[in-house]
Amino acid sequence: MPTLTLLQAINDGLKTSMREDDSVLLFGEDVGKKGGVFLVSEGIQAEFGKERCFDSPLSEDGIIGTAIGMAMNGLRPIAEIQFQDFIFPAFDQIVSEAAKLRYRSGGQYTAPMVIRTPYGGGIRGGLYHSQSGEAYFCHTPGLKVVVPSTPHDAKGLLIASIQDPDPVLFLEPKALYRAVKGEVPEGSYTVDLTSLRVVREGEGVTVFCYGAMVPVCEAAAKEAEKNGIDCHIVDLRTLYPLDEEGVIEAAKRTGRVVVVHEAPRFCGYGGEISAMIAESAIEYMEAPIRRVTGFDTPFPNTLEHHYLPDKRRVLDAVEFVHNY
Amino acid sequence: MSTTEPLTVIEPDGGVNGYDPGLTEDELLHCYRSMLAVRLFDELCLKLQRSGRIGFSIPNEGIEATQVGAASALRKSDWIFPSYRDFGMALYHGVSPVEMMHNMFGNAADSAKGRQMPVHFSFVEPIRFYSISSPIGTHIPQAVGAAYAAKLRGEDTVMLASFGDGGTSSLGFHSGLNFAAVWKAPVVFLCQNNGYAISCTVEEQTASDGFAIKAQAYGMPGVVVDGNDLFAVRKVVSEAVERARTGGGPTLVEAKTFRMGGHSTSDDPRSYVPAELFESWRAKDPIPRFEKYLAGAGLLTSDTRANLEKEVRAEIQDAARQAEATAKPGLETIFSDVYATLPEHLRRQGQEAFDLAARKGDAAAGGGEFPL
Ligand SMILES: Cc1ncc(C[n+]2csc(CCOP(=O)(O)OP(=O)(O)O)c2C)c(N)n1
Repeated sequence: MPTLTLLQAINDGLKTSMREDDSVLLFGEDVGKKGGVFLVSEGIQAEFGKERCFDSPLSEDGIIGTAIGMAMNGLRPIAEIQFQDFIFPAFDQIVSEAAKLRYRSGGQYTAPMVIRTPYGGGIRGGLYHSQSGEAYFCHTPGLKVVVPSTPHDAKGLLIASIQDPDPVLFLEPKALYRAVKGEVPEGSYTVDLTSLRVVREGEGVTVFCYGAMVPVCEAAAKEAEKNGIDCHIVDLRTLYPLDEEGVIEAAKRTGRVVVVHEAPRFCGYGGEISAMIAESAIEYMEAPIRRVTGFDTPFPNTLEHHYLPDKRRVLDAVEFVHNY
Repeated sequence: MSTTEPLTVIEPDGGVNGYDPGLTEDELLHCYRSMLAVRLFDELCLKLQRSGRIGFSIPNEGIEATQVGAASALRKSDWIFPSYRDFGMALYHGVSPVEMMHNMFGNAADSAKGRQMPVHFSFVEPIRFYSISSPIGTHIPQAVGAAYAAKLRGEDTVMLASFGDGGTSSLGFHSGLNFAAVWKAPVVFLCQNNGYAISCTVEEQTASDGFAIKAQAYGMPGVVVDGNDLFAVRKVVSEAVERARTGGGPTLVEAKTFRMGGHSTSDDPRSYVPAELFESWRAKDPIPRFEKYLAGAGLLTSDTRANLEKEVRAEIQDAARQAEATAKPGLETIFSDVYATLPEHLRRQGQEAFDLAARKGDAAAGGGEFPL
């Protein structure tokens, strides 16, 4: 099996899907000649031509609106939004249109499409090249939201998203594009769109995380192990719809829970996980649930390493719930 | 009322066919100095980025005449709604290189407190240079609203909104131009057509014959100007500013120029800009062109040019040294300015951050009492 970076695995997933299915195409700002600003789509225009991989004018609203039209009329578009921070001009098309089309037409019209976009901090991108907007989209029935953290999952989840009959927002942790490597099967395979991944088995504290926070939690777990704390890490990876039973089971396993994400805390994804556990497994809890998140502020630039949850902050929360 | 042939004033040999720019010798030299400052500021930022001392920059080379020509048409009481590629508009109006360098280094003296990426400046003095936002086109309708406010109060302030060719595809461009024309708002829209929006060509951006022609449909004049010609830009923008100031409403100006580098320090243009294009535009460099005019007018010799360059370079290098030596912003700046008054939950989060820094021995963050 080849060893690929997360970025290469996505590129491989795109090419695999496009080879498999002629109706799949990729478009967005700078994805063609340049291969995307992060070079995720490098070589795709060369292989599949300008009709199936092309640059769009600078309008996210236009990109998503036209993708919906392509999707309702037999294509399987993959629309790239250059940074998740720039998705908001398309919010209406995503939330009011793509997500509601099947429901409002009684299933007559659908929008099987994928919106790929890099999200998250770690590149000194300041307010507008760093945000984690998953909570806005997980609040949107009709949309699926996916966040891979390993090359294997990136390819398998991407192919599953492209094959899925509903619109999927595929959030790519840009901080991990070149930072993680792993074995990736050749050819086509899928990873179930409602499934968790147990990153590390443990009996002491359950840590829920996703995307770029997964390696941070793994590093914290290594540290915690030195102090005799055994972490059970769950990568949530398919945020919506979520494997809720899997979450409850993992919470019950240790009775001590930490939830980690980069996005601000208030109304963040961690609130949903905490509420779910409070509703279904409170009697198993040995300690209050702790959230480690970005602060409830815009994303800063120079001080981003203080804003982003790091090993130090995760460890602090793990120790707190462990010692409670 | 649209033209597609760009207006030109300065000939390749520096001749102006009797055109009178209406500027004193000092003002002409100030324009020249400002263009030179952009070039040298830009050059130094690219070096600082390559050596890892700043994180990012945006090349401004080749656009100097558009920036300075347009800025020179404004009064200090006017507002600039800039793009991130508008170094010259700030420098012309007297923002000091050191203030700009504080932003490039994201330090404690940065007017935006190190919260924004480099080149995302914000100034209120000596001219309103509105806080730059990365999301393209968002500032265009905002400029129209600010113009409406000025008009409502009977002030004669004019707003200049500057954006790229790519910006014309944004929602903000379309609503901004529409509102401005309906309201006869005192705004000048400056579309800097520099050939590319990152890698997207003009032909991939629009099927119109250029950008100025779009003005027609909105009900305002559209004018095309040679963006590498300081006087031509100054002339066209001055006329648009005058029209706006005297109640004639908005104008769309398209300045045709070329981005003589990558989109940013993260971009390698060689994968999409043909080398011949760089060469042909190199020959139209706005700075030597203006130098020829100045030399012809007896205002510049090779000696005075060399001295001026030395002086400006020293000022900019000194600015970088000062900014690099300035401390990083304090941890409390993550939490301040979210609201006018710090809410309780943010005070708590700030205190937690301080406590953790103290407990885990994070020297950079300090520790102790959260000061807000
Ligand atoms: C809404 C939005 N979408 C995408 C981007 C990413 N992006 C940054 S600059 C740029 C190209 C802008 O081109 P143009 O408007 O022509 O200005 P130029 O950079 O050429 O000066 C793009 C696509 C963004 N900043 N905002």
